[in-house]
Order: sequence, then structure tokens, then C-alpha cells
Amino acid sequence: MNGTSQMLVYLIAIPLFSATVLLLGSRALDKVGHIIGTLASTAAFVVGLLEFFAMLGRAPENRAVTQPLFTWIEVGNFNVGATLLLDQLSICFVLLITGVGTLIHIYSIAYMSHDKDRRRFFAFLNLFIAAMLLLVLGDSYLSLYVGWEGVGLASYLLIGFWNQKPAYATAAKKAFVANRVGDVGLSLAVMIAFVQFGSVSFSGVAEGVEAGKASSLALNCLGAALLLAAVGKSAQFPLQAWLGDAMAGPTPVSALIHAATMVTAGVYLISRSHFVFDVASVAQLLVVIVGAITLLFGAIIGMAKDDIKKALAASTMSQIGYMILATGLGPVGYAFAMMHLLTHGFFKAGMFLGAGSVMHGMNDEVDMRKYGALRKYMPVTFITFGLGYLAIIGVPPFAGFYSKDKIIEIALDAGGAKGIILGSITLLGAAITAFYMSRVMLMTFFGSKRWEADAHPHESPALMTIPMVILAIGSISAGFIFNLGDRFINFLNPVFHSDHSGHGEKEHLLPPIVVSALALTAVAIGVSIAIAKYGRGKSIPAVAPADVSVWTKVARRDLLQDDLNEALFMRPGQELTKALAIVDEKVIDGAVRGVGSLTLDVASGVRRTQTGFVRSYALWVIVGAVGILATIAVMSL
Amino acid sequence: MSLDNYLYLSALLFTIGAAGVLIRRNAIVVFMCIELMLNASNLAFVTFARMNGSIDGQLFAFFTMVVAACEVVVGLAIIVTIYRSRRSASVDDARLLKL
Repeated sequence: MNGTSQMLVYLIAIPLFSATVLLLGSRALDKVGHIIGTLASTAAFVVGLLEFFAMLGRAPENRAVTQPLFTWIEVGNFNVGATLLLDQLSICFVLLITGVGTLIHIYSIAYMSHDKDRRRFFAFLNLFIAAMLLLVLGDSYLSLYVGWEGVGLASYLLIGFWNQKPAYATAAKKAFVANRVGDVGLSLAVMIAFVQFGSVSFSGVAEGVEAGKASSLALNCLGAALLLAAVGKSAQFPLQAWLGDAMAGPTPVSALIHAATMVTAGVYLISRSHFVFDVASVAQLLVVIVGAITLLFGAIIGMAKDDIKKALAASTMSQIGYMILATGLGPVGYAFAMMHLLTHGFFKAGMFLGAGSVMHGMNDEVDMRKYGALRKYMPVTFITFGLGYLAIIGVPPFAGFYSKDKIIEIALDAGGAKGIILGSITLLGAAITAFYMSRVMLMTFFGSKRWEADAHPHESPALMTIPMVILAIGSISAGFIFNLGDRFINFLNPVFHSDHSGHGEKEHLLPPIVVSALALTAVAIGVSIAIAKYGRGKSIPAVAPADVSVWTKVARRDLLQDDLNEALFMRPGQELTKALAIVDEKVIDGAVRGVGSLTLDVASGVRRTQTGFVRSYALWVIVGAVGILATIAVMSL
Repeated sequence: MSLDNYLYLSALLFTIGAAGVLIRRNAIVVFMCIELMLNASNLAFVTFARMNGSIDGQLFAFFTMVVAACEVVVGLAIIVTIYRSRRSASVDDARLLKL
């Protein structure tokens, strides 16, 4: 039933080839490296668009296409093919990755123009694009795993791009280690799938689940393992600590990897595994809980951050919390999660690029307390960032309104106390989001100048502003377009097999118009508090005030997430390492040294027999001979 | 005369040789004592050959003589060399091979 396409491999091959050329090429490529990288990403985007239009030309149920590449693993009747699968879910990601990716490549040409390692930067970006495309195009958990590790590697390399600064190198390591914890989940999931269903392909596992091959316990374990993987990659509670530090990477990286694409891989994984979560109720509940905790967690951290990138990172965490929450709400949620994912990809990438533009003009200053009044000096950045801001807080008709509103709606409809709790959390999250994003806006673009003496803010070059403008247009229109006649939901329908046709008539806890009103009220409250605290006439001290409540202090310390990790894992780990070092020193080395010194002691005793007198040796020879003869004589008696 | 007497003589000569190797210091004398022990064993070989009516023992005696001749060549050369360098043929003086 599925068609095939011979083009899919080029999506991955082009950026991968470009990355290889850029990494292995000589310095002669320094002058054109960024152009090659951008062209490779653009080419992948064009292929993606062609595939998209080809897909739209087919009937909805035949839209998925595959491209078998080669037989990867063949052991007995276990067969894994390296096959690419492009369906309605993948194409959303493909267009997001290559589209936003290309814009960010263009932006980076200007942003990284003063960096002598620009060619390496573009090589890593291309590597990331290739790995992320493999992640979303693989048709089995094993192919996905390869892409999953690939994006982890690219993320590590890019966070630590300026690894001459020890703090940045540490941030890269932290991200890598946190991701590794999640990866354990994914490898466990692959193993569980193999043991239970004898297959690791999505279709094979889906059929196995449908045929009831696995017990409910196994399915819940599989779901929990997948959730662990998603939690690691998407910086969800309790593995969220790495995302804030990941902002050490260049800002385009934060925009592409740590806002728009890689961190949403967890949402992709859960959506892709919807057939597991639809039947594993415990795992599904865990997904909701993780999403709900993280959305508040991120929002609270966002309120306390003075570093513009870290505030945005906390916001990313929170928004992905919304998506994860939505995926945990069953069939209705996946499409809305995807919708929020795409709109978030636009407005958050746009805002990160805006933050990068501000930093570019302010000597790489990231402390918002040293910004202020920038709207007159960076009009394009101000307008594009402002549009992203309106989108994220959910003001109609901007993108975030449509996608976030839907999530709040389905959260309220989850039924019973669960619905009320989740609805309240999402509404509270919306209010906090409005507060902290308004704070970012006000501190950066409004108020008085609090610049450092040597700051000369100026608008960024066109190569940087054009991608920001395009993303801003996306932030305005994406939600409206997606929502037009439930177009996006219907587009994704064949993947999730959920029946949305009756969605409109379904019994709602509250009518949609009331939900929207509630959400807007929450947003208005958040914005008003922010204006009251940071608006006109309020002075913002250059150094964060120290005499604040203990809650603020805790929020500034990322809600103690690092302290907790350090106390629970790092310190005991260090103690264990120290103990092992002692064991190594005393026991293992002791044994080795003991053998040596024993040999020496024995030898220094035995060597006294070596007198150098030939005659005493001869005596021993004779004694020995007599001894042997005597023994033989005694034995033969 | 009983053939046993040859064996007694052989044992006596061997003992004299062994005692000489252990007691005497002069390398030449020690060397001669070793020759004495070799010849004592030759005598025993020949006697056993006679007793058993087989010529295997006589054959061994010839082998021993050939080996002994070679040994004399090498051994005397070593002794002469040591004497040249150390002005002494005492086996106790040449005791450098110790710790």
C-alpha cells in the first residue's frame, strides 16, 4: 500500500556529504565552507518540499512512502533493514528541520563571520541536520537510535564549540551525560521491543501491540523506557538540568538544536510510539505527569533568569512540557502536540535569533539587566522578537494562541479531577509564560539604558535579520493556517488513526470559547504583573538584588536541580570513584607489588647459596646425585 | 677372579675422584680427578658389558672417551686462560659469579 520514493536518501546524504567535505577538507575551504554548508541545507529543504508536494498529490491514506536502502542486520529470522519512511508525521519534522535549519544556516553566516572556525561550525550544523533527518526518517527504533545518538553528538560538539572556555566544555559534557541517561531508556526500549515482538520496526511493533503479543506490564515498561529517552533528549523533569547550560553554545545552535528541533525529538518519539502509549495507561499517565511538572518547572525558572538565553531555554523546557503533556492525553493530543511543536519551532527559533542579534549588537552581553531601551536601536530585532513574544504568550491571532489554546482545551477535557488539575496547571503555565516573556521584553527593549560603557548597539546585518523576519512571519501565520478547518489535524490523522471528526461535538468540560477567554485572562494577568514590576518608571538594578525571598533564590538556582543531581548522583559518584581508587591502590596494586616484593625477599634469601665456589657447587651436584640414587634405592626396596 | 672386584675398584676410583674434586683447590688436580671419575665409570661400563655378554657397555665407554677428550681440550683451555689473567690456578680464586 505504501509507495516508494528514491529521493528520501538525498535528504540525509546531502548534508552528511557536505559535513564530511567540510570536516576533512583543507583550509582552502575556509572561504566557501559556510556557503557549501548553507547550500547543502537548502538542497535538503528543496528535496523536502518536493516530497511534501508529491505527498499532497496522493490520497491521504497512501501518503506514506518508504525507501529501502539495504539490509542492515540479518540474524536468523530477525531482519532489520535500513529503510527510510516518510509519512505525514515525518514530513512535518523534515520541513521544520530543513526549513528552520536553512534559515539558521543563513543567519550563522553573519553571526559567525568573525569566528576563525566557521567552517567547522557549518560542518557540525550539517552533521546535525543529517542526523536529525535520519532520526525522523528511520522506519525502525534502531534507525531512530542511530539518528538519536547522532544529534546527541552534534549537540555536544556545538555546545562545546567554544571549548577553549572550560565552563563551555563542562556544559557540553553535562548535556552529553544527561542525554546518555535518557539513551539508556531508548536502548532498553529497543531491547524490550525485540524481546516482545521480535521486531524493532515501527510497523512491526505496532502490529505486535495490536495482536496482543505483549503483556500490559511489558507495554508499560516499554512506554516508560521510551519516556525516559524522551525526558533525556527533550530536557524534561527530572533530566532537565542540561538545557540551561547548553546555552553555552553559539546562539544559532541554541535556536536550531536547543529550541526548534533536537529537544523536540522526545515529542516525536512519543508521538511515533502512539500505538504503545495508547494501550499502556500507566506509562501514558507518567507522560502527562512529566509534562505537567516540567511545564511549571521551566516557567518558574524562566521567571528568575537574568541571562536572556537561559530565560529562553527555561521557556523552551516549559513549552516542550506542554507538548509532552499533550502527547500523554491520548489520540487527541498527538496532533496538537505536533502543532505546538511546529509553531514553537517558528517563534522560539525566531526569538533565539533575536536574542543572538541583541548579543551581536551588545558585545555578547547576555545579562538582561545590562540591556534596556533597545527598541530604538534595533527596530527589526525588536519587531521580530516582539512577534515571537506575542506568539508564545498566546495572543490571538498569533501562532501560539492556536496551538497552546488547544492543549489547554484537551487538558481540561481529560476528565474528572485529572482534567481540572491539568487544566489549572496549563492555565497557570500560560500566565507564568506571559509574565516571564513580558519581563524579557521589558528588560531588553524598554525602560532605561543600562548598558556597559563600551556598548554600541546597532541593528544586525541583513543576513541575520532576513531569517528573523521569515520566522516572525511564521510566528504570525502558522497557527492560523494550521488551524484553518482543522487542516493540520486531518493531515496527520492517517498516522495517529484518531478520529477527530467528532471532536467538535464531543462533550467539553468548558466550551472552547470559555477556555480561550480563561487562557487570555491568565495571559493578561501575567503581562500586567510584569508591567507593574518591570514597566515604565521602574528601576531595574544592574545587579540582581540579593535580599529576595527564598523562593526567588531557589528559582535562580534552577529550582535546585543541579544541587539535587550533585547531592544524589555526583557526590556519591565521586565518593564511589574515590573508594574505587583506594581499592585499586591498596588491593589491586598491592597484590601486584606484593608478588614483586615476595619474589625479591625469597630471592635475597636463596641467593646466599650462590657462593661462587665451584667446589661447593660440585658438592651440591654430588649430594643431589646421591639423593636421587638413594631415593631410587629406597623405592625399589 | 670375580668380576665384582672390577666394580669395587671402579667405585673406589670414583670416590677418590669425587673427593679430589671437592677437596683440592688446584684446577689442574680437580680436572685430573674428574678424568679419574670418568675412567672409573668407563671401567664399570666395560665390566657390565662383560657380565651381560653384550657390547653396549663397551660402546658407551668409547663415547665417554670421546667426550672426555673434547672436555679436556675445552677445560684445559679455560684453565690456561684463567691462569694467564689471574696468575692462579686455584678454583677458589675464580669466584666472581656470585652476588
